[in-house]
Amino acid sequence: MTTATYDSIQIGDELPALQLPPVNRTTLALFAGASGDHNPIHIDTDFARKAGMPDVFAQGMLGMAWLGRLVTGWVPQAQLRRFDVRFLGITHLGHVVSCSGEVLRLQEVDGERQAVLEIRSVNQFGETRIAGEAVVALPNTESKR
Amino acid sequence: MIDKKWIGHELPASVLPIERTRLQFFAKAIGETDSVYTDAAAARDAGYPDLPAPPTFLFAAELDSGASNQLLDDLQIPLSKLLHGEQSFSYHRPACVGDTVTVRSTVSDIYDKKNGALEFVVKTSRATNQRDELVAEMRTVIVCRH
Repeated sequence: MTTATYDSIQIGDELPALQLPPVNRTTLALFAGASGDHNPIHIDTDFARKAGMPDVFAQGMLGMAWLGRLVTGWVPQAQLRRFDVRFLGITHLGHVVSCSGEVLRLQEVDGERQAVLEIRSVNQFGETRIAGEAVVALPNTESKR
Repeated sequence: MIDKKWIGHELPASVLPIERTRLQFFAKAIGETDSVYTDAAAARDAGYPDLPAPPTFLFAAELDSGASNQLLDDLQIPLSKLLHGEQSFSYHRPACVGDTVTVRSTVSDIYDKKNGALEFVVKTSRATNQRDELVAEMRTVIVCRH
């Protein structure tokens, strides 16, 4: 992939959006195993209902991992400096999540040029599920990954 | 109410070996298709010694070790009332297959909102590798809903 550079991007530039498939139980079970988060509220409907939820729901860190894909799909992970999110709403079964991001500002820290990205995931109803920021280092000139 | 005596509590260290099949499973689970995360040759072409752990993967360390669940038990937060409020990572160097990462966490704050209807626990963590180099710093806010 050809990487974004400090000279090639501007404030307000949008990252290519990442569209996820509808959340289903298989996705949640796989993520439970892979992430080590075995909290039954995400994989066991009986447990979720006893806890007062309508059904199982997505792990917050699954949604954060999707936002990670958004960012590392735009710049190589080695350039990622910070990744901060707030979980604003539960992602339920059937939610169709899309991740988006845009360049909020450009900065220079300890001689390194960086872009601060505003990142967000929303469901098909336009409700924000996760919002946050990522900071990525940007090379000065075009380079091939 | 969560006892504020836990502020300053240090969790036992959690050791997470970064393993190829686990990273490939994680990539599948999050729908990651970039070969850098699944194919060692592609990772080497991208400048890594082997597959890199994706940005959020190190959160697994304290889940695998049981340190996270032990903390919830200590604080008397049932899983049925647990929500994840915020999560931050700052990155210092990659963790790749073959590395062993150790995560050490401290409970840095406990507070409540809405007259105790929501309680918050802030955990700050440092992840180092087998050479004792800093890999990442993490900050987690967990929420107990009543």
